[in-house]
Amino acid sequence: MNFVIPDFYPAAAELFVVAMSFVILLAGTFSKQPRNVAYALSQLTLIGAAAITLFTMDGQVSFTFSNMYVDDLMGDFLKLILYFAVAIALLYSRSYMHERKIETTEYYVLVIFATLGMMVMITANHFLTIYLGLELLSLASYAMVALLRDSARATEAAMKYFVLGSLASGLLLYGISMLYGAAGTLEISGVAQAIYQQAGNKTVLMFGLVFIVAGLAFKLGVVPFHMWIPDVYHGAPTSITLFIASAPKLAAFAMAMRLLVNGLFEFAEQWQSMLMVLAVLSIVLGNLAAIAQSNLKRMLGYSGISHMGFMLLGLVSGVVGGDRHFALNAYSSAMFYVVSYVLTSLASFGVLLLLSRAGFEAETLDDFKGLNKRNSWFAGVMAMVMFSMAGIPFFVGFFAKFSVLQAVVAAGYIWIAILAVVMSLIGAYYYLRVVKVMFFDEPLDATPLTAPADMRVLLSLNGIAIAGLGLVPQGLMSLCAYSLLGSL
Amino acid sequence: MTGIPFLSLAIWVPIVGGLLALASGSDRNASVARFLALFFALAGLAVSIPLYTGFDVTTSAMQFVEAYPWIPRFNINYVLGVDGISVLFVLLNSFITVIVVVAGWEVIQEKVAQYMAAFLIMSGLINGIFSALDGVLFYVFFEASLIPLFIIIGVWGGANRVYAAIKFFLYTLAGSLLMLIALLYLFMESGGSFNILDWHQLKLGMDVQSLIFLAFLVSFAVKVPMFPVHTWLPDAHVEAPTGGSIVLAAIALKLGAYGFLRFALPIAPDASHAFAPLIITLSLIAVIYIGFIALVQTDMKKLVAYSSISHMGFVTLGFFIFNPLGVEGAIVQMISHGFVSAAMFASIGVLYDRMHSRQIADYGGVVNVMPKFAALFMLFAMANSGLPATSGFVGEFMVALGAVKFNFWIGFGAATTLILGAAYTLWMYKRVVFGAVANHHVAELTDINNREFVFLAILAVCVLAMGIYPFPVTEVMHASVNELLKHVAVSKL
Repeated sequence: MNFVIPDFYPAAAELFVVAMSFVILLAGTFSKQPRNVAYALSQLTLIGAAAITLFTMDGQVSFTFSNMYVDDLMGDFLKLILYFAVAIALLYSRSYMHERKIETTEYYVLVIFATLGMMVMITANHFLTIYLGLELLSLASYAMVALLRDSARATEAAMKYFVLGSLASGLLLYGISMLYGAAGTLEISGVAQAIYQQAGNKTVLMFGLVFIVAGLAFKLGVVPFHMWIPDVYHGAPTSITLFIASAPKLAAFAMAMRLLVNGLFEFAEQWQSMLMVLAVLSIVLGNLAAIAQSNLKRMLGYSGISHMGFMLLGLVSGVVGGDRHFALNAYSSAMFYVVSYVLTSLASFGVLLLLSRAGFEAETLDDFKGLNKRNSWFAGVMAMVMFSMAGIPFFVGFFAKFSVLQAVVAAGYIWIAILAVVMSLIGAYYYLRVVKVMFFDEPLDATPLTAPADMRVLLSLNGIAIAGLGLVPQGLMSLCAYSLLGSL
Repeated sequence: MTGIPFLSLAIWVPIVGGLLALASGSDRNASVARFLALFFALAGLAVSIPLYTGFDVTTSAMQFVEAYPWIPRFNINYVLGVDGISVLFVLLNSFITVIVVVAGWEVIQEKVAQYMAAFLIMSGLINGIFSALDGVLFYVFFEASLIPLFIIIGVWGGANRVYAAIKFFLYTLAGSLLMLIALLYLFMESGGSFNILDWHQLKLGMDVQSLIFLAFLVSFAVKVPMFPVHTWLPDAHVEAPTGGSIVLAAIALKLGAYGFLRFALPIAPDASHAFAPLIITLSLIAVIYIGFIALVQTDMKKLVAYSSISHMGFVTLGFFIFNPLGVEGAIVQMISHGFVSAAMFASIGVLYDRMHSRQIADYGGVVNVMPKFAALFMLFAMANSGLPATSGFVGEFMVALGAVKFNFWIGFGAATTLILGAAYTLWMYKRVVFGAVANHHVAELTDINNREFVFLAILAVCVLAMGIYPFPVTEVMHASVNELLKHVAVSKL
């Protein structure tokens, strides 16, 4: 067998990030000011990766590393959003991490490794590559949750995350092994072809599918595989929660697209019905459980569960009839949903970080009391985030819900659409409660906000983006649709 | 699409003004916010006036149409236009905004910029609702207008404001979410159009029409509000600050009724006929039963709130008897109610600012200390009870006449409002204004100042003018109402 030197060009961004992660590790170790150097280098890594991704983007679908790796528009687009989200998360977290003395080189290296893991997940064309990326992301995330090692809550959260996460990885791997047994290959298009030619034992394939869906559901955090979300969101340092609650959702969306839509499309009817149940359960349970929370991190965790359920609804609606235009519409609505969710999620945890300071964690509803009297602008930003999450126009969350609901209605699931809107009405209640405490109540705590200027500016821009994209959503919507065009 | 885009101006001038007022910042320079707000409210009114003067009364077609693509991916367009029905509400809304800004001038001392901004932004959004011809555009304005009112009730409202604000928001949101599903369904049925006028022409089966009608009914009935889903209104009214009550009664209540005319009737005409008995029954219950409830209120604002529900029952009744008198009367009633309820709440606000009480029992003999106020309040009370030569009479008379034509007993039931309305309004007036001075608080009251006199007098002029010579209003709507009724009479099956 000849050894062919693979084409590195499509994977240039990933290779760059790998190289930079070593640089950061070394520079952090030998520098006199490790935190500044590591921070600057991390941001540089993200900017560099973005530049490379932009530069190598050619609209073609190209494979490399013996077809284990694919470079297409969907991947490029998601990766660009990913760099953006991670960069914002790093900036928001900085002073919070510093005040808690955990802004170490290792933190930055872990973030960069996690980013790399997500990049691999996004661009994988092989079940094992996906698994590899997933593990890289997961291991880095477990460690990040435990960064605050003296905090019992954080270590407990990390432990839970680790145990449940390993279980999910195990399920996924088990499913993959069954697929391999039945299809004889793990390359995504190969599996699709094998199933199409009805090779392999259907029962085994079906078992594999069930395990894969379970593993995927865990990563997305949808009911009934959601148990880790509230505890991890609550227990982890807020900056880490911010990270876990934003960028990985993009990767999980990509994973769902690659595994289910590209790989197992022949079984669409089966996974569609499974995901439908998961989506409906998530929307119902996420919204109902969020009402009972007085801790905002937990509340946002449950609300995230319901948002992922909504996203799945979009994904599920794409399969009816096999019409390509129709499918594109549904998948791009799901993608638009996940991108806008990441944007609002970043802002919501950003405000939590803004209100926190050394020795004080802003995380309960009481901490938000009277924010309008303390700082009207950021109260306004938080209100925009909440209204956006509740799906009230003119904010981006409305159009996210709108496009998903449109796909759901177009697929003929009117009753599911009605259930979804009824549940978002319930959701509106707990989002409104946050607005209520900010605007209608008296402040319990009159300490001025101490966040650095760069964070304030970026958070303001984040809020403006939520409103701006709500006024003109067309651009982002078409980008989502356009980038998916080549991957169906 | 020629010349100046007046409709866009009517929407965006107040919104931009609101954002500027918001940016003008803290309470230290509150007067900046006040004058900015007044300037932009007047500017908003000024750009709305050409809509009336330039209006062609001979046609029922949409006028001042503006159309630009907004979200081409879903074929959503920024399409604006007014017909003889909606143009009146745009004007009313721009006018009421000025009144509200003046009414809140000295009364609001806390977060003035935010208060003024909320009203201006809401005014722009509501103009958007009345002039949107695209389903999604309508919906977006419809929902977004909840936010400012929610904030207004919650921040500047009375003791139980939080409960009232959240109840208001969730009730109305519950209604409109079902409408969203109906809009999406119509989008599909029409082969990918969100244009409301396209939907008017869309053929639909009876089952589909019924479901769509019910979705719209839930949404608009909450907003009107109609009988079983009216309970949010008294709470919201009582707790809202004066300005909030004025806008809520004068404008926000008209949105639901307008929705019936723009969506439910023309899109699902057969279902509208089929459900008409239900609506008429609910309307009569609102007129009579809620009228009795108003009679026993001890809180002035609550009394006027219930009287609003009863008056709005008249409006829905007028729509669903499907004759020109009924529909035109209902629209006249809506406009008139806009003036009268605004004036009633403004008057109660004047009293409340001085006494900090809304209880009828705390007053008595106000006429002795506030004669100018008592005279104006008298006029508004008369208008609220439908006295001839006030605007309240015209609409009620037309609807009652239409109802008698339709069915004598329905007309009879509706006409009881003339008795009930007089009973609850005038009895309240008597207890508050007449008699001996009740206590030393009342004795210390000062009569209205110039600012209060100006806005009450303007409202009084409007009430009288419309009562004596309603032709300018009916003339404008005539062609559109006839066209609507012709359209509704044709089955879509």
